[in-house]
Amino acid sequence: MDYFAQQLINGLVLGSIYGLIAIGYTMVYGIVGMINFAHGDIFMIGGFIALISFLILVSFGLTAVPVILLIVLLVSMAITALYGWTVERIAYRPLRHSFRLAPMLSAIGMSFVLSNFSQVAQGARVKPVPPIITGGYTLHHSADGFVVRLSNVQIVVVLTTIVLLAIFTWLVARTRLGRDMRACEQDQTMAALLGVDVDRTISMTFVIGAALAAVAGMMYLLYYGQVDFFMGFVAGIKAFTAAVLGGIGSLPGAMLGGLAIGLIETFWSAYFSVEYKDVAAFSILIVVLIFMPTGLLGRPEVEKV
Amino acid sequence: MGRVSTSATDHSPPHAGFAFILKKALLSAFVALVLFSLMIGIRTEAGPTGQLTYWTRFDELAITVAIVFVGSIVIELVRRWLGPSGASELVPARVQNGLAASGRYVAPALLIFTLLVPVIFYRQRYILDLGVLVLTYVMLGWGLNVVVGLAGLLDLGYVAFYAVGAYSYALFATTFGLSFWICLPIAGILASLWGVMLGFPVLRLRGDYLAIVTLAFGEIIRLVIVNWQSLTGGPNGISSIPRPTLFGIPLTPGPNGFAAKLGIAFDPTHRLVFLFYIILAMALITNWVTIRLRGLPIGRAWEALREDEVACRALGINTTTTKLTAFATGALFGGFAGAFFATRQGFISPESFTFQESALVLAIVVLGGMGSQLGVALAALAMIGGFELFRGLEQYRMLVFGMAMVLLMIWRPRGLIGHRAPTVYLKQAHAISSDLVKEGHG
Amino acid sequence: MSGSDHILSVDALTMRFGGIVAVNELSFGAERREITALIGPNGAGKTTVFNCITGFYKPTGGTMRLASASGEIALERLNDFRISKLAKVARTFQNIRLFPGMTVLENLMVAQHNTLMRASGLTFLGLFGVPSWRAAEKRAIEHATFWLNRIGLYDRADDAAGNLAYGDQRRLEIARAMCTEPTLLCLDEPAAGLNARESAALSELLLSIRAEQGTSILLIEHDMSVVMEISDHVVVMDYGVKIAEGAPHEVRDDPRVIAAYLGADEQEAIAVMESDT
Repeated sequence: MDYFAQQLINGLVLGSIYGLIAIGYTMVYGIVGMINFAHGDIFMIGGFIALISFLILVSFGLTAVPVILLIVLLVSMAITALYGWTVERIAYRPLRHSFRLAPMLSAIGMSFVLSNFSQVAQGARVKPVPPIITGGYTLHHSADGFVVRLSNVQIVVVLTTIVLLAIFTWLVARTRLGRDMRACEQDQTMAALLGVDVDRTISMTFVIGAALAAVAGMMYLLYYGQVDFFMGFVAGIKAFTAAVLGGIGSLPGAMLGGLAIGLIETFWSAYFSVEYKDVAAFSILIVVLIFMPTGLLGRPEVEKV
Repeated sequence: MGRVSTSATDHSPPHAGFAFILKKALLSAFVALVLFSLMIGIRTEAGPTGQLTYWTRFDELAITVAIVFVGSIVIELVRRWLGPSGASELVPARVQNGLAASGRYVAPALLIFTLLVPVIFYRQRYILDLGVLVLTYVMLGWGLNVVVGLAGLLDLGYVAFYAVGAYSYALFATTFGLSFWICLPIAGILASLWGVMLGFPVLRLRGDYLAIVTLAFGEIIRLVIVNWQSLTGGPNGISSIPRPTLFGIPLTPGPNGFAAKLGIAFDPTHRLVFLFYIILAMALITNWVTIRLRGLPIGRAWEALREDEVACRALGINTTTTKLTAFATGALFGGFAGAFFATRQGFISPESFTFQESALVLAIVVLGGMGSQLGVALAALAMIGGFELFRGLEQYRMLVFGMAMVLLMIWRPRGLIGHRAPTVYLKQAHAISSDLVKEGHG
Repeated sequence: MSGSDHILSVDALTMRFGGIVAVNELSFGAERREITALIGPNGAGKTTVFNCITGFYKPTGGTMRLASASGEIALERLNDFRISKLAKVARTFQNIRLFPGMTVLENLMVAQHNTLMRASGLTFLGLFGVPSWRAAEKRAIEHATFWLNRIGLYDRADDAAGNLAYGDQRRLEIARAMCTEPTLLCLDEPAAGLNARESAALSELLLSIRAEQGTSILLIEHDMSVVMEISDHVVVMDYGVKIAEGAPHEVRDDPRVIAAYLGADEQEAIAVMESDT
C-alpha cells in the first residue's frame, strides 16, 4: 500500500512534467494542424539552458535557492521561447500553405538540428548536477520499513506546474491573445478577415508552448538531476501521447493526459518491468490513436464527403 | 480554404534599400546572440569527479553570430536577385527542356555505369564499399517509395522492416545454419507479415497520425530488440553472420573457396564485388517489380489511393486491402534489404535501426520526387554520397542533414524529379507536373 | 408506389449526427431505367441521403433496398466499396473527386479495377504478362476509349485530369462512374458550375446513358432546367423530410415545394399563387 502511494506521488510529479510539454503539442496542433516534431527537443533545450544558467549563477556565488530558481526559470523560459519562435519562423511559416507532408518533414529536420546542435555544442555526454533542492517530508513509515516520502523537489515541480497552468488558463480564457488563438483554431481565414494578426498569433502559440516546455525541462533537471541531448525524443513522443490521450486540441486534456501517462509509466516500471516502460508508452499511443483518436476530452470529427 | 495574405510576409518591398537588409541582419544577429549565448558561449562538461564544470567560448559565439549576420545579408541579396519567381528562373527554359529530354538517357547510362563500377574501381575498395552502401539505400528507397510515393501512406517507421529482415536472417543463419539464399525469402516474408500487422491497426488513420503511429511501431521494434536479450543479444547484437555463397561455394581463401575452384589467386575484393552484384541485382529486381506493379491494377489503385481515397471507395476499390498490400510490398523489399545488410556486415546491433534511419530513407524518397524511380536512385546517391563527405566530421553530419531537410522542404518539396510518368497512354505519354500530383494523406 | 419496377426502394431512412437529425424517416422509390431527381433547398439533407445510399454513412435507421440481378440487396448492410463492387451503385461527388495527378485514361482504368484485378490473377498473372491478362487490359482500354468518345475527350486522353476544364472534369467523372458498369448511377449536382450550353450537353449525355446503357439514374440537382428536362420522377426534400414527390411538372407547381424554396410559409405561397390567377 505504501509502495503504491509512493508510486502515485512519483507518477503525478512525472505526469506534471509531461503535461507541461503536452500543452505545447496540443496548442500547436489545434492552431496549425501539425505535429511539432521538434517540440520534444525544445524541452531538451530548455533543460540545457536551465543547466547552464544554474552553473553560471552558482559560480557567481549566488546561494539563495529561491532566487536562483526564479532567475533560472525566467531566463530559460525567455531563451527557450525564442528558440520556439525561431523554429517556427524558419521551418514552419514558409510552409504554411504548402502540402501536408512539408511541415512535418521540416519539423523532423528541425528536431535533428536541435538535438545535434545540442550534441555538438555541449558534447554527447550526460550532464549531471548535484541536487539543488534537497530534503522533503516523510509521510508514512510502514511496518516493513518502507518510507513514503514527498520530497521538496516534488512539491516544487507540482506547485510550479499548478501556478503556470493557472496563469496560462487565464491567458487563454481572458486575454486578447487567448481569444485570437481560439479564433485562429476555428477558422484562420475568417479570423484574419476580422483583423486578427494570424502570423503573430501563431508565433505566440509556439512561443508559449516553448516557454512551458522550458519549465518542464527545468523541472526535469531538478527532479532527475541530469540532462542529455537525446532526452527530447522519447519525452516528446510520450508527451504527444499524453496530448492525444487527453484529446488533441484540449488544454485541460493535455494536462490530464500528461498525468495519466506519468502514472502509467511509473506504475508499469514499478510493478512490471523497467526496461519496457517506453514500449508501454508507445503502445498506449498506438492504442489511443486507433480506438480513441479524439481522446478523453476531445471533440469527435465527422468525415465530410 | 484559400491563402490569406497576412501581415509581414517574407518578401521585402523592392524599394526598401540597404537599410532594410541591414536592419534585418542586425535583428537576426541579435536573435542568434541570445539563442547561442548559453549553448555556444558556455561549454559544460562532467569533470573527472562527476562534477559539472564549464568554460567560456566567447570567440566561437562571436564567430557564429557574425556568420548569421553575414549570412542574413547574403540570403536577402540572393533573394532580391532571384526575384519573386525564385530559383526556377535561374536555369533558362531551353536548358530545362534539354535536361528533361535527355532525362530519358540518364537512367540507362546510370545503369551501365553502375554495372561497370566494380570493373572500373576494382582496386579501390573504398569506392566499392560506398557503392554497396548506396545501392542498399537505393533499394530501401525504392521499397519505401511503394508505401509513401505510390500509395501516399506516410510511413516513419520503415526501419522496422529493415530490422526484421536483418534479424530474421541473422537468427536463422546462426541458429539453423541455413544459407543466405534460403533465408532471404524467409526474411522477406517475415518482414512482409510484420508490414501487414502494422497495416491493420493504422488503416483508418490519416496524415500526421499515421506517421506518428508508424514511428511508434518502429521504435517499439527497436526497443524490443534491445531488451529481448535472450533472443537478439540485446545491445550486443548478433555477430558471426555467415556471408553468402555462390552456388554453395564460399568466397574464402581456403581450398574449398571460390578462388581455388577457379584456379586464381584469392583476393578479398572478390567477396566485395560479389556483394556488390548481389545488391545490384536485388535493387534491379525491386525496380522491375515496382515498375510492373505500377502498370497493373494494384499499382494504379495505390496511386489512386494517394490521389483521392474517397473516390477509390466510390469506385469499388477495397482500400483496406490496397493499403495492406502497399505496406506488405514495401516491407518485403525492406526485409530483403535488411537481410543483405546483415550478411554484408557480418554483425548487426540495434544501433543500426534507429528512427534516424527511417528519416533518412524517407528523405531519400521525398528528395527523389515521390513515385519516381530514377529520382529516388539519384537522391540516394546524393544523400549517401553527401554523408560520406562528412567522414571525420560525423558530429556535424546529422546537423547538416536536419538543415538540409528543412531547406529541401522550403525550396523544393516535390523533390528532384518534378513530374510523374503515366502508366498507360493512348497516343503519347505526357509527363504530369508534380504540382498536380497529390502527396497523399494516408 | 409499391413494388412496380423499383430499382431502389428507400424506406424510413433516418440519419442522426449526435443531436441533429439530418434525414428523418425518408421514403421514396426510384424506378428502373428512369431518371429520378432529388431536389430541395440547401441543407435539406440530400447529400446525406446520397452518402447513406452509397455507403459513406451508416444510416441510423431505415432500409434501402436495391433490386439487382441476383435479387434484392440491403444497402444499409453493405459498406464502403462493396456498394460499388457488389451492388453496382456508382456515384459522383459535389466537389468533383477525380485523380488529378493521373491522366484521363488512367482515371478510367482505375474505374475498371475490379475487373482487371480478377483478370490479372490478383496481380500474379499480370506480373508475368500472361496473354489472357494482356487481352483483358486491351479490352479495358477499349471500354475506356468508348466512354472517352461518348464524352468527347478522346483527344485529351493522355492529359492530366487536373488540367481539364471544369466542364470536362464533370463529364469525366460521370464517364469514370459509368466505367464501373453500374445499374444505378448517383450524381451529386452534376450541373453545378456549368453554363447553359454545358448543361444542355450534360442533359443529353444523361438521357443517352439512360437510353443506351439502360442505367437508372438518381441525381441531386439545383439547376431546374436540367431537372425539368430529363427527370422522369422528382422527390423534394426539406429539413430532412420528403415534402413532395411526383412527375416534374406536378412538383414544380406544388405550393409546399415553392414555399420551401422561397423560405416562405405554405399559406403565403398559395396566397401568392392564387393572387396571380
